[in-house]
Amino acid sequence: MKMSIREAINQTLHQEMERDERVIVLGEDVASDQGGVYGITDGLPAKFGLRRVIDTPITESAIVGAAGGAALTGLRPVAELMFVDFLGVCLDQILNQIAKFRYMFGGQARTPVVIRTMIGAGTGTGPQHSQILYPLLAAIPGIKVVTPANAADAKGLLTTAIRDDDPVIFCEHKALYMDECEVPEGEYLLPFGQARTAVEGSDITIVGMSRTAVIAEAAAAQLAQKGISAEVLDLRTLSPLDEGSVLESLAKTGRLVVVDESNPYCSMASEIAGLVVERGFDTLDAPVKRVTSPHTPVPATPCLEANYVPSVERVMAAVEETLSY
Amino acid sequence: MDVSPEKLADAYRLMKTIREFEERMRSEYQQGKLPGFIHIYRNQEAIAVAACLDMTNEDYIASTHRGHGHCIAKGCEIEAMLLELACKEDGLCNGKGGSMHIADMSKGMLGANAIVGGGPPIAAGAALTAKTLGNGAVSMAFIGDGASDQGTVAESLNLAVVLQLPIIFMYENNRYAEFTKSPKPDGRIAERAGAFGMPAEVIDGSDFFAMYDACQRAIMRGREGGGPTAIEAVCNRYYGHFEGDAQAYRDQAELEAERAVSDPLPRFLADPRAAALTEDKIAEIDAAILAEIDRGFEVTYAAADPTPDKLFTDVYIHYEGRLQ
Repeated sequence: MKMSIREAINQTLHQEMERDERVIVLGEDVASDQGGVYGITDGLPAKFGLRRVIDTPITESAIVGAAGGAALTGLRPVAELMFVDFLGVCLDQILNQIAKFRYMFGGQARTPVVIRTMIGAGTGTGPQHSQILYPLLAAIPGIKVVTPANAADAKGLLTTAIRDDDPVIFCEHKALYMDECEVPEGEYLLPFGQARTAVEGSDITIVGMSRTAVIAEAAAAQLAQKGISAEVLDLRTLSPLDEGSVLESLAKTGRLVVVDESNPYCSMASEIAGLVVERGFDTLDAPVKRVTSPHTPVPATPCLEANYVPSVERVMAAVEETLSY
Repeated sequence: MDVSPEKLADAYRLMKTIREFEERMRSEYQQGKLPGFIHIYRNQEAIAVAACLDMTNEDYIASTHRGHGHCIAKGCEIEAMLLELACKEDGLCNGKGGSMHIADMSKGMLGANAIVGGGPPIAAGAALTAKTLGNGAVSMAFIGDGASDQGTVAESLNLAVVLQLPIIFMYENNRYAEFTKSPKPDGRIAERAGAFGMPAEVIDGSDFFAMYDACQRAIMRGREGGGPTAIEAVCNRYYGHFEGDAQAYRDQAELEAERAVSDPLPRFLADPRAAALTEDKIAEIDAAILAEIDRGFEVTYAAADPTPDKLFTDVYIHYEGRLQ
């Protein structure tokens, strides 16, 4: 059935709450008539009641921390951190508490919490509502970071996230919510740590994640018209990271462009570049090219924002530069 | 308020265990036999013991950096604790938590916490589990007077009121936030908590019987769906912020005076309600405590350190990526 990412997430929440009564949803506006800002939790309160679909005050440390504490004591909470930018007011509960429970308690703890959060630029929401921040999260041992690029993956990865016994941050790109694709009916799980080959190709590998996987795919379609065969890999999860698929694809193509909406320093693009320099150096026929956002905040004005995020044009230029090396 | 003879003996045994445990910890630490930072709980014993005496293993506590007393009061085994505080393989947390992160999930002890104010949101989550499951369990967050100024504490108080969570905010006002004397008058903390819309009272934290009475009421309120309670237990921090802190910033005469009047143990024994505890019984309990602590240290010093592979265990339950 064809559906949007927004609908796929909503359907998954319905299915998992139906399946397991320990699954609860909490966050700001999640039990409102509109189902939150993008209607993601629409219909949940009517079906599962306000005991399991819990509206909270605007209190991110308490939302995230309580979700962690509830997970530690037997529930499987799905907490909503409305925008990932709000990490600024609740990072301690993720970084120092939830991520470390299992390790610092010597394996006694089980923290099956999912933190759903909206990421990304492209909708004119400005510096404090548009960031990516997933490299910062992926750098924390103890949590997993998931970045779906289409509706089918959103369903498969969210189902896996809710059933996972470790803490998972589930990053939803706000510019992709309405993107539609075929989504498998019924129960659908995707394993973590397995990238998706979005496009097969032989001349160059383009790695993307979340929205940049979609951009890479669009670039590959245009490159095909020019006779360039680009392989597009969508990482799907950033921690764990499917390094094997990146190295395998590189072994086939010999050239790599990484497209990442992060700021450039300490980005996922840098991580992938570091990986191939260390473990795939002999297969490189050209320097790795990183296409990222600049080392600036996200501007509100759409005319500057358009130049902030990696574009199809920038990806194509990077590919052509890499191929002409 | 009546305290059964069994509870009375338990209360004494636990307070005295904390006292002897902490004094011995201090002495061993001074000899360089224990790693890391430790924070001694002396003179605050009545608070932890009164708070946990009516709790079961299904009830939860979230502790602080000064957590040894909370662990003992919640029923953690002395030997397993010592193994953890010495960071040994067989410690409660396999040596990976140590003093400031010790936890015992089997006892509902959700961890000491090295982040001041880090525990209350977690305790609120445990209370949310109890409320959602409707199992009558309660949760308690221990909070120092220093932590009372953290935003996480205010957020947790508010969430607890909004969701009517079965939680007790147990403030231990020992009047010092690290090296700095609290500028707040006693009672200000309870006043703040009460302003969020919950019953809040100020109790003498050295008076076991007053503490136990307040805790019983708060726990019963939580179990019966009456929502959160705050208790400000006013007490004295006998030693420094951490062991090795000479407290040069404190007026020594004032400190000595406070120490003398705020020791909960003689006060407990002098109370007519403790009369059932005979001298023989006390001597028997005391001997058993010292023997248990001696044995614990003996086992601990003979115990193995974690093997090098433990660096990589228990980061995740399952992880498809690399850890190195």
